[in-house]
Amino acid sequence: MDANNVLEIRGLNVEFASERGRLRALRDVDLTIPRGSIVGVVGESGCGKSTMINSIIGLLAHNATVSSGSISFQGEDLLQKSERELRDIRGQHISMIFQDPMTTLNPVLSIGTQMIDIQYRDQIPKAQKKARSIEMLSRVGIPDPESRLDNYPHQFSGGMRQRIAIAMALQAEPELLIADEPTTALDATLEVQIIHRLKDLQHSMGCSILFISHHLGVIAELCDFVIVMYGGEVVERGTVRDIFHRPSHPYTFKLLECDPARIAETTRSLPTIPGEIPNLAKLPPGCIFADRCERSIGLCREKIPPSTEFAEHHWARCHLAGEVSST
Amino acid sequence: MSDTSVKAATTEMPGAWQSLWRSLKRVLREPLGALGLVLVVFVIVSAVGADLFAPFEPNKIDIRAKLQPPSAEHLLGTDQLGRDIFSRVLIGGQIALKVSLVSIGLALVIGLTLGLIAGFGPRWLDNALMLLFDSVRSFPTVMFALAVVTLFGPSLTTVMIVVVITQIPIYGRMVRSQTLALRDAEFILAERALGAGFFRIIGMHILPNVVGPLLILASMDIPFVITIEAGLSFLGMGVRPPTPSWGTILNDGYSYIYNTPWPVIAGGIPVILTTLGFTFLGESLRDVFDPRLRKEI
Amino acid sequence: MWLYFLKRILLGILIVVVAVSLLYSMIHMVPGDPVKTILGPRASPELQAQIREKMGLNDPLPVQIVKFIGRVATGDLGEDVFKRKSVNTIVFEQLPHTIYLVLAGIGWAMLVGIPLGCLSAIYRNSMIDRFAGILSVSCIAIPTFVVALYSVLLFAVTLKWLPAIGAGDGGFGSYISHLILPAFAVGLGWVGYLARLVRASMLEVMSENHVRTARAFGLPEKTIVFKYVLRLAILPTITLIGMGIGILLSSAVFTEIVFARPGIGRLIYDAVTSRNYPVVMGSVLVTTILFVVSTTIADLINALVDPRVRTEG
Repeated sequence: MDANNVLEIRGLNVEFASERGRLRALRDVDLTIPRGSIVGVVGESGCGKSTMINSIIGLLAHNATVSSGSISFQGEDLLQKSERELRDIRGQHISMIFQDPMTTLNPVLSIGTQMIDIQYRDQIPKAQKKARSIEMLSRVGIPDPESRLDNYPHQFSGGMRQRIAIAMALQAEPELLIADEPTTALDATLEVQIIHRLKDLQHSMGCSILFISHHLGVIAELCDFVIVMYGGEVVERGTVRDIFHRPSHPYTFKLLECDPARIAETTRSLPTIPGEIPNLAKLPPGCIFADRCERSIGLCREKIPPSTEFAEHHWARCHLAGEVSST
Repeated sequence: MSDTSVKAATTEMPGAWQSLWRSLKRVLREPLGALGLVLVVFVIVSAVGADLFAPFEPNKIDIRAKLQPPSAEHLLGTDQLGRDIFSRVLIGGQIALKVSLVSIGLALVIGLTLGLIAGFGPRWLDNALMLLFDSVRSFPTVMFALAVVTLFGPSLTTVMIVVVITQIPIYGRMVRSQTLALRDAEFILAERALGAGFFRIIGMHILPNVVGPLLILASMDIPFVITIEAGLSFLGMGVRPPTPSWGTILNDGYSYIYNTPWPVIAGGIPVILTTLGFTFLGESLRDVFDPRLRKEI
Repeated sequence: MWLYFLKRILLGILIVVVAVSLLYSMIHMVPGDPVKTILGPRASPELQAQIREKMGLNDPLPVQIVKFIGRVATGDLGEDVFKRKSVNTIVFEQLPHTIYLVLAGIGWAMLVGIPLGCLSAIYRNSMIDRFAGILSVSCIAIPTFVVALYSVLLFAVTLKWLPAIGAGDGGFGSYISHLILPAFAVGLGWVGYLARLVRASMLEVMSENHVRTARAFGLPEKTIVFKYVLRLAILPTITLIGMGIGILLSSAVFTEIVFARPGIGRLIYDAVTSRNYPVVMGSVLVTTILFVVSTTIADLINALVDPRVRTEG
């Protein structure tokens, strides 16, 4: 593993045991997060984003198993760690921000209590922990943090709560922050504020961020690298420039086409990708996207395309990678 | 619109039976559900055939054979008057089940009616009924039972009155909330717009939706009724002697508990088996048919 | 929050008033002259008239009810015409025995039921959970008075470990030893109720998002369960305990009869058997008020503990 990378996922396969049989939720997922960078993950719901995050932090559901692959964090394979060791990493070296700020904080504990509780590992006096929380709150832009420490989550607005969640996540100065659609539940102006705040904090603290969103505009604005997921696979990954200007997988292409922000003309109906999300219990023999792909050729339905690096730092899982152009 | 829903309702029937059968099988697969069903069938059979199975006339006094321990002749021994406890337990079971069926049936009908009235009626009537229900419920059952006994004197009828009045609010509330939820549902508004009558809407849409949960609630109420009947009879406020009841058998036995434990043991076991049986069965039925009810304990 | 308190208390008072009116009109709707039932058919007409006047039976029913409620509101429950003693005195002599019984019963039910529910929730679908589930249902299903009878049979008659009859000779130790079996019988069902409720609400809370957050921050499982989950899951339990105390106050009659204990239940029982209306009314009223009061207090405590309610306007 490259010492410049905070996180490296190689060939990760995760399966769920379900009533309908074995569900292959993640297949051969590769991901690299260089130190100090922000990596964005895009994809529709059900594409495996959440499963990937849960594998990283070791909180997969009970019926899920990792059948192969490795997740190296700071050079150590997280999949080989015990539950105890993982717990020591969570919240200290890897932190998370979740989607819905209305439900992700405990409603009957004051935010001060919750922020001090998560510092339970540090052998410092409570006053010091409190001071750290106050400082963190003011850094994320909570006015009058000292007195608001005693407030309960329901006394804050959604945007404020998400700032608190960020403060909690960054308080321990983690090497990696995983943000799972942190702005989806917020309105547009708040979203911009939060994104800028997050970027500033990342600059000053120097952590890496794995940023999950289906808002392409946010990804483009914030991220250095992007991976595109579809049906449990990483179909394309590369720099933010490459993905947005030279998309090489037909799915990425479609995804960008469907982004409402990029549509110049006013239309009544938003464009959609025809077809349905594949059934992960009954996978096709070939490419996962072949059914919905306009450019599919015979080979696509027979052989699963490998992930190929067809240009420097630009991978795609498509037999036609490099031939599909953005024009 | 109304035609399609009629069709849907009629064509669903075989499917409904099938799903009923499938659900029954699921109840049986649960060890507790199966145990409950076995106990309930056992209790019902022995109650229905009580006159056939009872070896003695339950009120036949034989002072010479008083307070005997169980033997081949008297399977559960005899009481202080030499009456055969086994026969008395069987007949007592018959009475307990009769009380349960009649009073729960009455409470169901009245509760259903009041619930529909509350759900469909004007707002003030709804509020008044709800306050009435709340007041009845806020009366502790036992206090209420004692008050009724003071008024009407101890008898089987009194027991039934108590059960009917205390259970009406439970059924009424359920029917009301279901009715309110359905009343403004789109398909019902559409039917009403097409001129469907009040009774047609109740018959076609409300009833089918409330009958299932109502019956499950009712089956879970049987242990409660049996407890009330046996309890009041134990206090001498229910069934009058010499009519046998599990409660009176326990009461008679308790006076002689230092002479012989058998009457108390014999009177308690059927109560325990019946309440456990109906509870186990009712719980499994609820879990299989209507998990939503689980929250209401 | 004060508005909520006020509303809740007013509702409680309203329910008591309606309940009292119902009870009062029921008693006076029964066929037959209550005075004759009290005095017997051979009492002289003068005496009948005197008692009738004293009980205020000459007024129309609504007036009687209003008068009665007015009297109760000033704390006067009336007079026992038999013993010529104030009903207040009679009731408040007996009440403490029942209250001790109920508190002891609910107390041990909490000590066993709440941890049992927690265990079930933490190890859900395990053997412990299944066993606790069956135990809870059984505890709920078996009637209290049967439990009381069997426990007398086992612990008092057969094993002779504990006394079964009365409330002791006045000494503290004797009072306690006489309290153990009745409290056991009274509380057993509530072990089941509490265990089930705690299990259900813990499982519900555990599936909420904020618990996932706590896990993602690597908080120790112990902190998560006892601080983050239990604190929320205990809220509905408080309501149930309030109801439990109310229900037990009134259903203690079975236990009090079986163990021949003094108490409000026994008082009502005796009054009912002797058709002593004023005492029945007074004691039923007091238990009903206590029932409403304990459920109301539980709701208020709930509001105080829950910051979502507490910090609202």
